[in-house]
Amino acid sequence: MAVSARAMSPIERPKLHLEVLSEDDVRRIHQASLEVTETVGVRFPSDWALDILEEAGAMVDRKSQIARLPGQIVEEALAKAPPSYVLCARDPTLDLPLDGEHSYLSTDGCGVEVIDLETGERRRSTRQDVAESALVADYLPQIAFYWPVVAAQDCPPETRSLHELEAAWNNTTKHVQTECVVTAREAQAAIEMAAAIVGGREELRKRPVLSIMQCTISPLGQDGGSLEAALVAAHAGLPVGFMTMASCCSTGPATLAGNLVVGNAEVIAVSALIELAYPGAPIFYAAAQTAMDLRTGAYTGGGPEDYLFGAATNQLADFYRIPLSMGAFATGAKEPDWQAALDNTFAGLMPVLSGADMLTGAGLLYGSRILSYEQLLMDCEIYDVIQATAQGIEVSEETLALEVIKSVGVGGHYLTQKHTLKHMKDRWVPNLADRRPYSAWEKNGRRGAKEWAHEKARWILSNHRPEPLEPKLQEELSKLIAALERRTMR
Amino acid sequence: MSTDELYQAMAQSVIEGEPEQAARLAQQGLAAGLEPLTMIEEGFGAGVEVVGDLFAQGEYFLPDLVIGAKAMQEALAVLGSELRRRQETRRTYGKVVIGTVQGDIHEIGKNLVVTLLSVNGFEVFDLGVDVLDETFIAEVKETDADILGMSALLTTTMPAQGRVIQALEEAGIRNEVKVIVGGAPVTQSWADEIGADGYSEDAVGAVALAKRLLGVG
Repeated sequence: MAVSARAMSPIERPKLHLEVLSEDDVRRIHQASLEVTETVGVRFPSDWALDILEEAGAMVDRKSQIARLPGQIVEEALAKAPPSYVLCARDPTLDLPLDGEHSYLSTDGCGVEVIDLETGERRRSTRQDVAESALVADYLPQIAFYWPVVAAQDCPPETRSLHELEAAWNNTTKHVQTECVVTAREAQAAIEMAAAIVGGREELRKRPVLSIMQCTISPLGQDGGSLEAALVAAHAGLPVGFMTMASCCSTGPATLAGNLVVGNAEVIAVSALIELAYPGAPIFYAAAQTAMDLRTGAYTGGGPEDYLFGAATNQLADFYRIPLSMGAFATGAKEPDWQAALDNTFAGLMPVLSGADMLTGAGLLYGSRILSYEQLLMDCEIYDVIQATAQGIEVSEETLALEVIKSVGVGGHYLTQKHTLKHMKDRWVPNLADRRPYSAWEKNGRRGAKEWAHEKARWILSNHRPEPLEPKLQEELSKLIAALERRTMR
Repeated sequence: MSTDELYQAMAQSVIEGEPEQAARLAQQGLAAGLEPLTMIEEGFGAGVEVVGDLFAQGEYFLPDLVIGAKAMQEALAVLGSELRRRQETRRTYGKVVIGTVQGDIHEIGKNLVVTLLSVNGFEVFDLGVDVLDETFIAEVKETDADILGMSALLTTTMPAQGRVIQALEEAGIRNEVKVIVGGAPVTQSWADEIGADGYSEDAVGAVALAKRLLGVG
């Protein structure tokens, strides 16, 4: 399946479906979540957020900053969220309708180190890495939207997220979603940058080329800066979503359903906040629940719990009728190896089979900490396999192939049949999986997927030229960042 | 119960992770006239060692470790009051000031480190979360701390760890305290870059690191 570098290959209308939870299960999880938001509450460390919730009828304790939301308020607020909308791109042909019929893969984020493509050494991430990974993501058809994969640690913390956006927009025309805008000030600047790209604030509302994801703080908490950044973004019409990473045994119950309840309570409470503030605001559910490593308590990524959550969560998002961004791939492996393939195959397949709208995402090792270009390309191949598998088996007159079978008869072969030539291009061709004869592999120095992925990544970096921003626009983005730096830096 | 049986029961309350039982046994021991320091070291402390061994062997997991530590903390609370009343002090390896840096309110990892350090022979001063740079410095001075631990979970709050180390230098006390850093985005190379004395990827490692830095245990 050859695709041009400029086209995209989202997963469309998969025919295979998996349901991990029954309808009754989903309802029970929802009811349990409401009981939690109503009796235990969720912490919102922001007076702005607490004001909104209090006005809507929540019981707010200003000292603990915990708001208890009656179930009815949550349900009514969520009902206002639009069930579908479009994530727009600099290049409109790369727009992503979140319509329940597509699954889109992004790069993962936000790592802190990089396996350097030249030296093979592990080193801290910089703004240049954001630029380069955006360029590679721009080329890869499997990547539908770009998350800044790593932190631009050579940029000031106060404006780092904006430098990352600038680096991204200069290197890809795909939709950009960031999880790094965690203050209202940065959100304001990010909105102005995005507006500059599409031609104004009103245009941005119609064509949001930027969306915002924030992390909750489990159990049952939010981050104050993230809340206010999300409110600012939602006010401007940018899609916003909150991601729970509740982890069994540490920040969530040891049982999977209970962990879903904690995470779900966090997400629906804060989603209700956004809808109470701006009814009709485009929002998405986001999740990357897991189970802690029993020995260290660490978030590691990978494992059957991750895979099950990967499938179950979309059933919750569907219940609320909002799009889902599901943590997918994100292996705990430290190199592109057996463990990485195991993790990422399951963690990619399960959300696709349950219809998750966004899969975040490819390219990081060691629990979303280390950028590996080799892994990024391998993840794209895993995605291709998942995509092909999710298409299932079409049974039709054409595919039953009775005429051809009768024609070939007993013995013989199908190699020269017109039917074969017509349909063989639907059969999967690997880019990285190695199907050569053993001797070919031996004679060529036993090189394989990892080496080819490495070479391909270097080729992309050397040869792909994403469509640049107009010089005036480049300047404007820089000026917006500089203005904020003047105002905020020590 | 004989004295030996009482000490064994104290150890068991830690091994089985029964905080209420540990507190009761501590009271019982005091009523029976046992020495608080002996109860800490040979009763409950023996249990902490067993828990540590079982963990190292892969039989016990982190929750076992933490619940055992909770039991030990309950016992220490009861016995600590008595020690203070008698104006005796528990021998500790040293003092640790610890907190999550400014702008960051993540605390679960840091709390695990606090718990494990406190039952493994350290006196811990937990400053909580969103701790200002100046507060770390002041507390280090005030307590004459041997170790300063700082946790950060966001790449944007990590720089505070470097700032505080610099502030220690400017205050002329950098050499008087060992600085250790942690948090999911923190790495050994970051720790090296900012001049920290150590880095641990997890709470159990932090205890070993603290002991190593002070040349104890």
